[in-house]
Amino acid sequence: MKRYLGLIIVVLMTAFASSYLHAEKVADPNGTKTGNITNVTAKTAGQPTVAELGDEVGHNKIATNLVWLLLCGFLVFFMQAGFALVETGFTRAKNVAHTMAMNLFVYPAGMLAFYVCGFAIMFGGVGALGTLGGFDGLNQEVSVNLFGHVFGLFGTKGFFMNGMTDVAVLGFFVFQVVFMDAAATIPTGAMAERWKFASFAIFGFIVGGLIYPIFGNWVWGGGWLATLGSNFGFGHGHVDFAGSSVVHLTGGVLAFVGAKMIGPRIGKYNRDGSPNAIPGHNIPMAVLGTLVLAFGWFGFNSGSTLAGADLRFSVVAFNTMIASCGGALTATLWMWFVRGKKPDVSMMCNGLLAGLVAITAPCAFVTPFGGLMIGLISGIIVVEVAFFVERKLKIDDPVGAIAVHGANGIWGCLALGLFADGTYGDGLNGVAGSVTGLFYGGGSGQFVAEFIGVATNLVFVGLCGWLVFKLLDIFVGNRVKPDVELVGLDVPEMGAEGYSGIKMDKNAETPQSR
Amino acid sequence: MKKIEAIIRTSKFEDVKQALREVGIDFFSYWDATGVGNEVKKAEHSYRGTVYDTSYIPRQLLTIVVRDINVDKTVDAILKAAKTGIIGDGKIFVSPVDESYRIRTEEKGDTSLYNTENK
Repeated sequence: MKRYLGLIIVVLMTAFASSYLHAEKVADPNGTKTGNITNVTAKTAGQPTVAELGDEVGHNKIATNLVWLLLCGFLVFFMQAGFALVETGFTRAKNVAHTMAMNLFVYPAGMLAFYVCGFAIMFGGVGALGTLGGFDGLNQEVSVNLFGHVFGLFGTKGFFMNGMTDVAVLGFFVFQVVFMDAAATIPTGAMAERWKFASFAIFGFIVGGLIYPIFGNWVWGGGWLATLGSNFGFGHGHVDFAGSSVVHLTGGVLAFVGAKMIGPRIGKYNRDGSPNAIPGHNIPMAVLGTLVLAFGWFGFNSGSTLAGADLRFSVVAFNTMIASCGGALTATLWMWFVRGKKPDVSMMCNGLLAGLVAITAPCAFVTPFGGLMIGLISGIIVVEVAFFVERKLKIDDPVGAIAVHGANGIWGCLALGLFADGTYGDGLNGVAGSVTGLFYGGGSGQFVAEFIGVATNLVFVGLCGWLVFKLLDIFVGNRVKPDVELVGLDVPEMGAEGYSGIKMDKNAETPQSR
Repeated sequence: MKKIEAIIRTSKFEDVKQALREVGIDFFSYWDATGVGNEVKKAEHSYRGTVYDTSYIPRQLLTIVVRDINVDKTVDAILKAAKTGIIGDGKIFVSPVDESYRIRTEEKGDTSLYNTENK
């Protein structure tokens, strides 16, 4: 009885205290009366001047934008978990600790490099951050003058975030750094199960500090691809709303170059060149990761308005959703009835992600039907490219990163040049009028700009990747020794098994090349 | 004393266990066994469009040590319960056992197998 007495006293005291606290204001269960003119910051409470009202409205608008930007950034951050789950699920049980560790370590490694120099190179010359209050400390772009036109190459303000203690810039950094990490973690999937961790770790710093930011500057930082429109009249320049080329194609090209140079896993190909299946060890993990990625993608695309007050983000969210539907649908059916006999789960996952990658660039510029079409086509592209890469090019890509991020990164950019419906993007990249694609009477200008962006990415990132992997191979070595690969990378590379105490079954082993 | 080793279908394990219990054999050891054999497997495994052969057949391996008088009924019970008539039903091997000891009581011979006489 005694303990109940104590409980009753606590309850009574709480009830009394709360009724006392709320005595001065009437409770508002419907929420319609909460927030009124007395909440406006003013010298005389309840009677703000017009200027005071204006300040409050402006402040609230920027606050909405910043909340939206950061909320979406946090969603994109969660995509790291998605990448880790997908890549680990599609690889073998003996390599889980290594694959997971790569996906984790790319986050701190890439971020530090982005802090040191990546952010400055990418956004050091981007100019005023309009939707975030207009901070204009990022104002130095190194450029060359050719044929009477200015070609922006890289920014130089903000190394070590020096002098950037500003709510807008730091929020912007948080949002941008997670995009960089998405790009940096794509190659770890294509090169999984054989990449030496030391080589990968150095690669993480280089991609976050140099490769990604330089191309990113050209598209998003005010560089020469963005000004293709104002300089040469190619539409609005290379437009990439959320990163089909900047993030995904960059990751996909690095994955392609890396997987080609590191070679296939032992047992992947027979002597006649036919591939063996190396089934992933945990399909539930991969499916969960795919859905985590799809969830994060709403932040990835919708957040790229950089403004919560730009209600176009609802169109973006819709297109993101419908394209993922299209991609998953056609990839599944294509695998089921055209290329195989079963609705392969791993291709289903790849298809969903392919739709998302493809819609990433055009998500803000296309109609609902356009979004669906882009998704439907991406699902077929992903299966066909995965087969082409595996069977014709003989490149071993355990998770399908090249097909998902590379091929559909290209398709996404080109699709923008075709499907942009001319209802959005007035003034984008300094060009008046809306972004309009070939199918909507915009002429070929926008398509050409997209094509130039894609070609530039392939050449520039491809060459950078080749150089970095070559140097890493010489100084550190890219690939683990064959006996390490056979026994699994977990113990030799990381020191402990990912699944300690669990006996691996036959499926964990390396297939025999015939 | 004889040792009876039976390799049976995984799907028939419960049936065999029940049949053995009905004839009074309720002590035995078993393992997950894998092997290769004549079973005709359809190519039903495929991953990312590549059809593959897992190249092993999962089975259960039962090991039962019984007194000589119980060998026939044990074998009969397994034969009946494990049979489907399709290739891959398994095998039964019977071999002599020289001696048997019960560790707890240090008994040896037939009485170390079961306490009751008729098992």
